[in-house]
Amino acid sequence: MEWIASKGRFARQYIFFGILRSAAFINILTLIGVCLFLFINGLPAISWEFLTEPPRKMMTEGGIFPCIVGTAILALGALCISFPLGVATAIYLHEYAGRSPYATYIRIGVNNLAGVPSIVFGLFGLAFFVTFCGLGVSILSGVFTLAILTLPMIISTSEEALRTVPDTYREASFGLGATKWQTIMRVVLPSAIPGMLTGAILGIARAAGETAAIMFTAAVFFTPRMPDSLFSSVMTLPYHMYVLATAGTEIEKTRPLQYGTALVLILLVLGMNLLAIIMRDKLQRRH
Amino acid sequence: MSSAPFRERLIHWALAGSAATSLFALGGIMFFLFWEGLPLFADYNVIDFLFGSFWYPTAEPPEFGIFPLVAGSLAVTFLASLIAVPLGVLTAAYLTEIASARIRRICKPMIELLAALPSVVIGFFGMIIVAPFLQDYLGADTGLNLFNAGLMLAFMSVPTICSISEDALYAVPRSLREASLALGATRWETTLHVVLPAALSGIGTAVMLGMSRAIGETMVVLMVAGGAGMLPTSIFDPVRPMPASIAAEMAEAPFRGEHYHALFAIGIVLFLFTLAFNIIAHSVASKHKQVGSSGL
Repeated sequence: MEWIASKGRFARQYIFFGILRSAAFINILTLIGVCLFLFINGLPAISWEFLTEPPRKMMTEGGIFPCIVGTAILALGALCISFPLGVATAIYLHEYAGRSPYATYIRIGVNNLAGVPSIVFGLFGLAFFVTFCGLGVSILSGVFTLAILTLPMIISTSEEALRTVPDTYREASFGLGATKWQTIMRVVLPSAIPGMLTGAILGIARAAGETAAIMFTAAVFFTPRMPDSLFSSVMTLPYHMYVLATAGTEIEKTRPLQYGTALVLILLVLGMNLLAIIMRDKLQRRH
Repeated sequence: MSSAPFRERLIHWALAGSAATSLFALGGIMFFLFWEGLPLFADYNVIDFLFGSFWYPTAEPPEFGIFPLVAGSLAVTFLASLIAVPLGVLTAAYLTEIASARIRRICKPMIELLAALPSVVIGFFGMIIVAPFLQDYLGADTGLNLFNAGLMLAFMSVPTICSISEDALYAVPRSLREASLALGATRWETTLHVVLPAALSGIGTAVMLGMSRAIGETMVVLMVAGGAGMLPTSIFDPVRPMPASIAAEMAEAPFRGEHYHALFAIGIVLFLFTLAFNIIAHSVASKHKQVGSSGL
């Protein structure tokens, strides 16, 4: 009898483990499904012209070159601001502040900033950068908005990287008579910088895929000119996709363009994420 | 020699100053939301705003009742968590309790990539694939509805829920599992009765952060929720969650008119919702933090 009872228990384990397995499987299937779907439908749309030419005829033909440029400028520009700030914050929190009340407030601030919805960043960008600072709907407004949006992510990955540097490194450096800053610059940062760079790549990917935060601050439906100053408005991949899919004059006719844009966007974003994941994997094995 | 300590102090202050950016940003966000949102209440009642059931911003006279929008947001968030919480937690349990190291090394990055999919792409997928499916096979009047938005949002919050739950499960001390196994429990019984309860507060944090992500997500609800500003009566009704309203109407709202201020006021409500979710999440996390193996 006991044997049968225990057999029932193992049968139950078998069933429930199956459920856990299928839960994981569903997620992976979704990812592969979405990617495959976009790949199959988007690949025929992609050509050299599609990647290097501006849209034509009310955006029903032509390419997405201005969108690629706009996305690259915004994402890289945002990172140029958020990366130094984020790294400095992480250094302060991890190397200097310890558990002081000030550091606690900053941590609370960073945690809550990470939870702010991107549309609220968009509203803030509109009220502050576009209107209050008078920058208008421009690259600068978009870059600043995206910089704040990516800041929490840069801070947490940078702090994570600092945490992997063993304390013995710091102690050895102090023991040789180095100051705190010399220790950080010559000992701590060189071994933490690869980890920080993975965070930077993730930050670029996040900024490149962002739509809601830039739709009031930097992006426009269509602009015939390439951006020529920091005060120009730009076209971006995600916003272009949204416009084509929902507000275009001929939504059905531009379907191939939509698939093509979507494919370029996910290749860009997932490619960078994959790069970051591989880099991190290499680092973890080194430590 | 005397300049060195001064230089060190200067650097210390410079770093502390940069660290304050996040605080200033958060403070600035709150300040400017209120700055542009509060003027609405100069001649529009707060109660009418929060509990009015009609959102007709361009009618004469306009009505700014956001109750249907809040209801829409809560409905999609609830539906999304109904799907995402089991899916996320079970996936996390699979990764920590069953999967071999090799499978984990492949699965975890996949979940991270799922998190990295831009929301506009997920919205696009919902429009093109899920919407026609709902219309053709499940008899919905329109494929762009509450159910579609909930489903898409679920897949956006699964990675958040999964990765934080996974950390929580991973932090459960090995000795607890060993004690349970030694008493003759199967691995499943150990997972269900020992590991999951021990990680419950961490899973609670995960759920709150997942919901916070879902309620604030814009592009998905803008593209697939249908956009009808009314109280939903079935899961196949179109809804207009708060972020969708802000995103769709800002371009046409006259600058600093009532409508413009009303959209910022929605932003305040949305911000407060996510702030509440985040504060609950972090207080759960810090109150029930596991300390060593005596955490239970």
